[in-house]
Amino acid sequence: MPIASQRTMRFLGRSYMAFVFTPEEPLIEWLAQLDSWLARSPGFFGGRPVVLDLVNVKLHKPGMVHLVACLLERGIRVIGLEGADPAQLGPDLPPLLSGRAVNSNELIALARPEQPPAAPPKQQPASLLVDRPVRSGQSIIHPEGDVSVLGSVGSGAEIVAGGSIHIYGTLRGRAMAGHMGNSRARIFCQKIEAELLAINGYYRTAEEIDASYRGRPMQAWLNDNVMMITALN
Amino acid sequence: MGKVLVVTSGKGGVGKTTTTAALGAALAQAGETVVVVDFDVGLRNLDLVMGAERRVVFDLINVIQGVAKLSQALIRDKRLETLWLLPASQTRDKDALTEEGVRQVIAELRERFDWVICDSPAGIERGAILAMRYADAAIIVTNPEVSSVRDSDRIIGMLDSKTERAENGSRIDKHLLITRYDAGRAQRGEMLSIDDVLEILSTPLLGIIPESQDVLRASNVGAPVTLANQLSGAGRAYAEAARRLQGESIAMTVPNQKRGLFDKLFGRRAA
Repeated sequence: MPIASQRTMRFLGRSYMAFVFTPEEPLIEWLAQLDSWLARSPGFFGGRPVVLDLVNVKLHKPGMVHLVACLLERGIRVIGLEGADPAQLGPDLPPLLSGRAVNSNELIALARPEQPPAAPPKQQPASLLVDRPVRSGQSIIHPEGDVSVLGSVGSGAEIVAGGSIHIYGTLRGRAMAGHMGNSRARIFCQKIEAELLAINGYYRTAEEIDASYRGRPMQAWLNDNVMMITALN
Repeated sequence: MGKVLVVTSGKGGVGKTTTTAALGAALAQAGETVVVVDFDVGLRNLDLVMGAERRVVFDLINVIQGVAKLSQALIRDKRLETLWLLPASQTRDKDALTEEGVRQVIAELRERFDWVICDSPAGIERGAILAMRYADAAIIVTNPEVSSVRDSDRIIGMLDSKTERAENGSRIDKHLLITRYDAGRAQRGEMLSIDDVLEILSTPLLGIIPESQDVLRASNVGAPVTLANQLSGAGRAYAEAARRLQGESIAMTVPNQKRGLFDKLFGRRAA
């Protein structure tokens, strides 16, 4: 019997820079304005990712398809839409993006997206405090900083953090720390009964967590891309 | 202004309908005016458990669609004159429920009754969401068994995000009711213990209903168990839960055990 490959597959979150176009009514004029801009800087957007923010225009599906086609004619490729009605989208349109974090209606907490405009440029990423249990089916996604949960994380719930995760309760669901490529992130919990632990894309499932740790306080961290788990007492 | 309760669970077959009927009857016996509302459109059961299946003329969907007035659809119980039923439709499906229609019906019921108890369908889809949408408080019915407990956890999360109260920034009161509890099986480790369930769900306990043949017998004769057999273990446990809902504080007892729950909880925890 062939031996299965030991390499584990990694899925990482990563953020990219993209130009955001925010068309305004009337669209004909907006396109004319764009054309005069492109006449001065031809090929500026060639090959660069562009997101179309439709918050200022009310477009139905044919309108959106037409607008995306008009932009393509001008050499502008739209990789995602923002501010569009999800009901109007389809496979022939770019996917809906959300500029801040994953936009799920199950989400009970999001990173604080609005930074004061006068904020100093090197600001520490904010940490997120969740002061109640995270229930089955809920996701807490905080792409930048640490997440602390005062309470338990239920089976079938998940915490995704750019930094470390601290759970002052039982971790029964999934915890994914260092999600944006931070291998120094750690996971701490008061009682571990986790379904999945992941740091920077390296993960362990419940079966791979030593049974002797179950129900005990523990921390998990990465040592040369190998996940280490130790009891805290 | 009455209080709107939703009886919900996520998982099916845990005892939502039995609980709705039993608590409704117990509150009505205490002199309160109560309406039990069947939200399980397409799979209605509450009329059977209440023994009113042959008296259904108009239903919730008819009222929402303006075909019938609320007073035409309400059925008064034959045993308790302060207990009423608003049945579901058996021929329609849950898509016939509209958010605005449900809001109006609940607002009207809230004016007329002390208690409006909504029997939610199983699942986490539209029907279940609309049943909880305008509630002030929720009774989460759970069996001491892992899949039921996890589904309840999911429903609690939805109560905290999808109800009107949650959207307005306030919180819905939540009460946990553990049903089909079998002390013998729990002791042998074949069921989750009460403290395991409480630890996972971290929600205040309203009562523990023992597994009992009386519940099935009551359903078969079309009577809430609190009316059919008031002295049965299940009947008594539901009656106590109803008094706790009214604000009384009654010591919690684990069925078939002499020691109170809290002795047991703290006795075990201290170790």
